[in-house]
Formats: sequence, structure tokens, C-alpha cells
Amino acid sequence: MPPKSDLPQGTLDLLILKIAALGPVHGYAIAQRLQQVSRDVVQVPQGSLYPALHRLENRGLLAADWKDTETGREAKFYRLTRKGRAQLESESASWQRLTQAVTAILKLAGANE
Amino acid sequence: MNWLSRLFRGSALEDRLDKELRHHVEQHTADLIARGLSPEEARRQARLAIGGPEQVKESCRDARGTRWLTDFAQDFRYAVRTLRQKPAFAAVTLLTLALGAGATTVMFTVINGVLLKPLPYAHPEALVNIQERTDWSTQFGNIWGLTYPNFLDCKAGAPSLDMAALHYGGGIVSSPGAAEYVESFKVSAGLFATLGVPLFRGREFLPEDDGPGAPPVAIISHDFWERRFAGNPSALGSTLVYDGIPRTIVGIAPPDFRIDTDTFDIYTPIGQDASPILHNRNAHGIGGWARLRPGATLAQANAELAAVGVHLAEQFPASNKGRTFFAAPLRPDVGDVRSTLWLLLAAVSAVLLIACANIASLLLARAVSRERELAMRVALGAGRARLARQCLTESFVLGLAGSALGVVLAALGLRPFITFWPGDLPRASEVRFDWHVLLFALAVSIASSFLFGLAPALRAAARDLEQTLRAGARSIAGASRRLHAAFVITEIALAVVLLVCAGMLGRTLVRLASLDPGVNTHNLLIARTAISPALANPARIRAAWNEILDRARAVPGVEAIAIVDTVPMRQGDNRVPYSTTAATNPDNRQPLVLANSVTPDYLKVTGIPLRRGRFLTEQDRLGTQPVIVIDEVLAQQAFPGQDPIGKPIWVRVDLNGTNDPATIVGIVGHVRQWGLAGDDAAPVRAQAYYAFAQVPDRNVRRWSELSSIAVRTGVDPLTLVESLRHEIRGASNDQVLYQVRTMEQLAAATLARQRFLLLVFAVFAGLALLLASIGIYGVLAYLTSRRVPEIGVRIALGATSAEVMRLILRQSLGMIAIGVLAGLSAALAAARILQRLVEGMRPPDPSTFLAMIAVLVLAALLASYIPARRASRVDALTALRQD
Repeated sequence: MPPKSDLPQGTLDLLILKIAALGPVHGYAIAQRLQQVSRDVVQVPQGSLYPALHRLENRGLLAADWKDTETGREAKFYRLTRKGRAQLESESASWQRLTQAVTAILKLAGANE
Repeated sequence: MNWLSRLFRGSALEDRLDKELRHHVEQHTADLIARGLSPEEARRQARLAIGGPEQVKESCRDARGTRWLTDFAQDFRYAVRTLRQKPAFAAVTLLTLALGAGATTVMFTVINGVLLKPLPYAHPEALVNIQERTDWSTQFGNIWGLTYPNFLDCKAGAPSLDMAALHYGGGIVSSPGAAEYVESFKVSAGLFATLGVPLFRGREFLPEDDGPGAPPVAIISHDFWERRFAGNPSALGSTLVYDGIPRTIVGIAPPDFRIDTDTFDIYTPIGQDASPILHNRNAHGIGGWARLRPGATLAQANAELAAVGVHLAEQFPASNKGRTFFAAPLRPDVGDVRSTLWLLLAAVSAVLLIACANIASLLLARAVSRERELAMRVALGAGRARLARQCLTESFVLGLAGSALGVVLAALGLRPFITFWPGDLPRASEVRFDWHVLLFALAVSIASSFLFGLAPALRAAARDLEQTLRAGARSIAGASRRLHAAFVITEIALAVVLLVCAGMLGRTLVRLASLDPGVNTHNLLIARTAISPALANPARIRAAWNEILDRARAVPGVEAIAIVDTVPMRQGDNRVPYSTTAATNPDNRQPLVLANSVTPDYLKVTGIPLRRGRFLTEQDRLGTQPVIVIDEVLAQQAFPGQDPIGKPIWVRVDLNGTNDPATIVGIVGHVRQWGLAGDDAAPVRAQAYYAFAQVPDRNVRRWSELSSIAVRTGVDPLTLVESLRHEIRGASNDQVLYQVRTMEQLAAATLARQRFLLLVFAVFAGLALLLASIGIYGVLAYLTSRRVPEIGVRIALGATSAEVMRLILRQSLGMIAIGVLAGLSAALAAARILQRLVEGMRPPDPSTFLAMIAVLVLAALLASYIPARRASRVDALTALRQD
């Protein structure tokens, strides 16, 4: 198991939005999927998942409905709103730019070594 | 779902949150069981993974966005509850705050009405005042009132301005009804339209009214209409005899219409006035008000006025060289009331600050004793920011309640305060409670809540949890002791400032009141006297005056009577240039003298001492040699080291109608013309007296309009007013007395401002002293009570009660000393401001400072004595067992 790293500030919101973009999903599933997709590299503190979900809902980026799960239990399903989709697009674009820039700088430093 | 519905559906939300989290844990547990863990172990791990459920819930609630509001409501209720649990504490703090906030609110309400509110005209921001400026200065500066010819040229040359001229005047209304002196304004046609004020009835002056030879018309005030015409609409179009001329009333001004800050009874068209003074390019003093036309800017108007100035300087170099015109926003002219008001607001703010420091130290003491409670709550999951917020909410509740109470006090105290104002407070009718004032009160409450709530709140947020829980109640961290000391020091410093100010004002008043005014103020009546406006012939005017003197002399109780044009200590300006050689200097460099025309009995009436030579006599009349009597100041100033008697002096009063010099025949004592307080620093103090009988014929009418009678009486002067009024009425029953005062009243009025300031400052200083003493007592009592175990140890180890007492007093003395030192420098600065703003103040003197500081230190030590004494009587055994 590779060592886990903490999520950089603000990226949890971005990841949540991305997962919700794939279709309505409840909190536990989000946590699961985050862990699976990131192959256990990203440590999602479950304690901060729900405050983040509530915050995104409050900002109108996510909407929530209570629906039955496949196991027949009622759960709160989050889905992306139009505003959330726009936010996701702009945030992921800026994330791309940021990582590219950081990578470029790191390469530069490597050449100097 | 908006935040409001979220707020009201709070409990439903709580259920859902609970359900959501439970669902998560159950799912996780199920997954872990599926991976092969035992159910107990799975449940344990799932719970661990999500962390403390209450903390997660708290964070979710925070994310909801209505959190602050629910918290606030909760904290608010909690704060009210805590306050009600300690009614004594609540009462003391609320009362302290209410006094401070109430006084501050009263001051702001007055400032708002008098200084901040624009003049009550339509769109006041577009109104400007036009004045003249010269590129040279006299001792009165380089800003002048307009002359009427200059006004007319400015009006023609500045198309971006809609201009109107105003000129203050006054005269007798002799019909209909009893003769009465009224104050009036001569105004241009269109003034009311310029101001955007519609008339109550009728019309305003038209351009055709506003020229020489037009049929005489007048506009009357609403008050005059009700007073003289009983509000009868038929007044419009009827005839009124004002200033000896029958005029048709064409309009009635709206109720409470003011020119600047005052009301006037009669308005007449300025262009109808044929008096030469109005058509002289050297006779300044005409007001010019204007409204910027739509789209025009002030800069544009000023450029146009400057162009007029250049043009007139070329055309009339004698009068207009170096002279230009400018427009500035029209503001109320409230004189020295402005500085008085700001002074009082500063003083009252100091009291409020002391009140805040007092409350802060009380709250801090409470916060310290609640330390363990707070630490416990942190341990149970409360965020530190949350606790700080709760502390602030408590302060805010206090602040709001205190201010609300303060507003009530202010509402009760506002009218008495205005009535109490020395003389008339300008624009008093504008002083009202409005939303500006309420906003101010709210701002004061919030600001003061922060002031006194911040220290306890920060403390609540920054405690070291573990240490606090472990430590007993007996410990006080050094930081808290220092904070308490800081509050005491602040209070003492502020109290020093107020005490020193009050002390300086008190000394000033004592000194000023003991000054010799130069006249015998006892039993001396002064009244402006208007002779019949119908009299135009100089000989008949002189005869009318003589008859007034003769008839008044016959009134029982009158000992002597004289005519005087400028009465001491009543606002009146009679400075004219003088010279001791025939060669004259340019106007602006010639020395000035206050020249007063009087009748020979003036000396006898006023009690001014004759130093040398003789005073004016009945023999000094038209045709005889022009003579003048000067005062000691002029003698000293113009003839240092010489005998002035018999010397010539050129005073620009045209005695006998010539420019010949007058011969000095006598020297009299100096009179404090500018008031007890103001005379020493007045720019022109030298005085001269000449005979009313030598005033040339062409000036007799004008001088008569300015003159007063001065009456020396053997009885209370005010009891003679009615008989005097009756005697001087004259054959046509239209001669009146107005502005009737005793000399004592006039002299007292010149000190009214100082007296008023002293009283207010004394009250504030007393309040500050009381609050600071309470503060010292409170802090010391608190600090000492926390040191009881320590003191117990000291006593157990052999300290005597005197030593313990010294220990406590030394602590208090340290705070007092630092406070006094800090206050001294502030007091010096305040004293300098007072000296600049208040007439007759002397530079700060050490004795006042010492006396006031002694008072303060005494009070502070007295306040410290009680806790110190209590500490010295601590019983070692009980103390050691405590906690």
C-alpha cells in the first residue's frame, strides 16, 4: 500500500463535484469512489466529507434528494446542479493549469541538479 | 430552500443529518463485515473512520450558512439569562453605559441638527455663497462681503449662477397696530425661487419690483402675519408702514422660513433702496446667494466670477484693484458654536470611554472567574472562535441595552440641554431625533460593545485548556492582571484630562469674573432706540433725540441718561482708521480705533473714570472746534511717553462734516468693549469718544439708526422699562425701544460660553472621577480577592496587616501613577486646544494640574483603601483552606 498523502486545500470540493457529475450518489458512495479511483493514495477524512457536501449544497453547486438505495434503504443522493457543472469546469481547468505549471517548474529544477 | 426556511426547519434538518450520518456508518459497517470483520469490530472501525459524530454534525451545521443566526439567537438568550442572574452587575453596567451613551447621543443630536444638516432649502447642495477676495489682507483677513454694484455685475457676468442679494436690516413697523421694531432683510427679486422655497401665500418680488422708483412692496413672515394680522388672509394686498414708507404686502413667507439660521419679519426688494451706501462700490457687507443652474459646475461658476473680477478691476481700479469674486458651497453660519459642540463631544466621548473601560474590567473579572466553565466547554467540543463569539454576543446585548436606555435618557435630556445653552442655540429647531441619530446610537453601542467585549472574548479564545482545568481558582495569570491594570490606567488618564480641563475653565472663569469691565454695570439699562422713521430733516432728528433725553430724565428713578452708538459688550463694530499725522496711510495699513459717538452725560451714566483733561460737554456742537476723548489704550498706543491732551488726531468720522483733525481734550479709562473674556485678545482695543452733536448733518439719520440709550438708574433698571417706553414714543407714536438689556446681563453674557463649558466639563469630570474610582475599587477588590490565599500565606509567614495593606496600596499606586503620567501629556494637548477655542483662557499652569491631580489621586487612594483594608484583615487559616 503506497503511503497516503493529505488532500491539498480546496481539492476535496473539486473531487466531490467530479464524482457527483457522474450521476446522483450518496455520501458513503462518494467516499468509496474517491478511495477506489485514487487507488488509496488520497486519504479522504470522512469527517470532513459531510461538512463539504453540506457546504456545496448550501452554495447551490449540489442538489440533494432522498431516494431508496439498491439495498432498499432511504439515503440522501447528491447530484450536480447547472451552477455546479460550470464550477466544476472552471475549477478543473484551473487545476490543470496549476499542475502543468508546477510540473514544468519541477522539471526545470531537475535540469539544474 | 432559502436561509429563512432552513432556519425555521432546523429540527427537521437535524433529523435528516442524523439519518444521513447513520446511513454512512451502517453502510461502512456492512462493507467491513463483508470483508470479514466481526460485527463489533466493524462497527468500531466505521465509527472511528468518521470521527466524533457530534463534531461532524457541528461542522455540517456550520456549513449550512444560517449557523451564525441560530448561534446568535442562542447566545442572545444565554446572554440575557446570565445578565438576569446577576441583576446588580447588570444594573451597574447598564446605568454606566446608559449615562455615557445618552450624553454622547445628546451631543451628536445637537451636532447633527446644528452643524451637519444642510440648510432647509430645496437641493441645498447646489446652493453657493458668493464673496469677494482681495490679494491683500487687513487684520480681518482678505474675504469680504459683496458691494451691491459688484453683486449686479457678478449676476450679469455669471450665467451659470442664479443669484440673489441679501442685506440685513431692521426698522419700525408703525402701522397697522402699535409701533414695533422688527428685523428684516432686503432681498433681490427671485430669492425664494433661488432657494426653492414656495411662498405660503401671494407672490415673491418680481424683477419689476426690484428697482428704484418701483411701487413699494413687502413680504411678511408667517409669524408676523399671525401676530399682527391674526392670520387673516386679507393681509395680502393691504398696506403696511415699515421704515416710514407705506408698502403693499404681496406675499407671506412659509412658517419658520429662515435666512441662514435666523427668522426675520419683513422682506423688502433690495433694488428699491435708494440709500447711497447701497450704490457705493466701497460699501461691503451684501450677501450673495446663488444656485448653480442645472448642468453647471462650481468650477465653471468660479471661472465666470473670476473673469468678472478681472474686468471690474480694470474698470474701477480705485475700489476693485486686486479684488476678485468666488463661490463656495453655502453652509450654515453658526459662529463659535461649532468649536463648542466639538469640544463637548470630545469630552463626552472621554466619559463614554471611561464607562467602557469600567465595564470591560468588570466583564474581564467575570470572564476570569468563568475560566473553568469555559475550559470545560472547550473540552466538550466548543470551538474557541465560537466561545469568543458568545462572549462578544454578551457584550453586544449589554451594549445594545445600554444604548437603548441611553437613547431614552437622551430623548429626555435633549430639550433641557438646549434650553440650558447660553444664549440662543442657532438652528435649535433643527435639533431633532431622526434616523441619523438612531444610527449613531447603534454605532456607538456596537463600537462600545467591541471596546469592552474584546478583551474578555480574546481571553476566552486563547486559554490554555489543560492548564486551566488543572489549576485551581486561586491562580490569576499575569496577562489578566496586566489587562486589568491597563483599564484602570486608561480610566485615570481620561479622568485627568477632563479634570484638568474643568480646572482650567474654572480658573479662567474666576479670573475673568474678577476683571474690571471698565464701566459700572450695576443699575445701568441699555436699550436700542429707534426714532420716528418719518423724520428725515437732521435738525428735527436732533430735536427728537433731545426730547427723548429730556422726557426720560423726568422718569422717577432715572439718574442720568446718554446716547451711545456702540454699547460695550454688545456685538457692535465701530472700528475706524485713525492717524496722528495729516499724511494718511493706505487703508489696510492704518491703525484702527473704536470710535463711539455719545452725549456728554455718558461718563456720568457709565461710571467710566476720567483720567485727565475733560470729557465732552454741551458746548461741543456743530460749528465749534471738533474734539475727541481717548482712552488709556489709545493714549499709550498713539502717544507713548507724551501728553496727548491738546494734540490733533485724524479719525475718519468726519466731525463737523470736514476732514479736519479733532483735538484731544481728555483721557478716560479703558472699557472692555469686546467682553470680559474677549477684550484682551481683541484685534482693536483702542477707544475714542466724540460728541453726537458734532456728527455732520448728512450722517445724522444713519447714526440714529444705530444708537442706543444708556440709563443710570437708582432702582432696578428693568422696572423702568415700561415708563421709558411710554415717554419716548414721540408725537407720532412710532418711536420704540428694543433689545433692552441691563449692563449686568450684557457682561454676564460675554462669559456665558465659558460658564456653560465649565459647568458641562465639571459635570463630566465629576462623572469621570466617580467612574474611575468605581473602576479602581472594582479592579482592586477583584484582584485582592483572588490573592486571598497568597495573602494568607504571607500572614502565616509573619506579615503584619500594615504590610499587607501597603502591598495592596502599592499595587494601586503604581496603576494610578502610570495613569496620571499618561493623562498628563493628553491633558496638556487638551489644554492647548481649549486655549485656542475658548476666549480668555490662559496657558496651562502647573498649579491647576497639581490641584486636579491631587484630587484624583486622593479619590483613587480612597477607592483602593477599602479592598486594601479587607486584605489586611484576612484570616490566615480560612484563607489557606479556601479552594
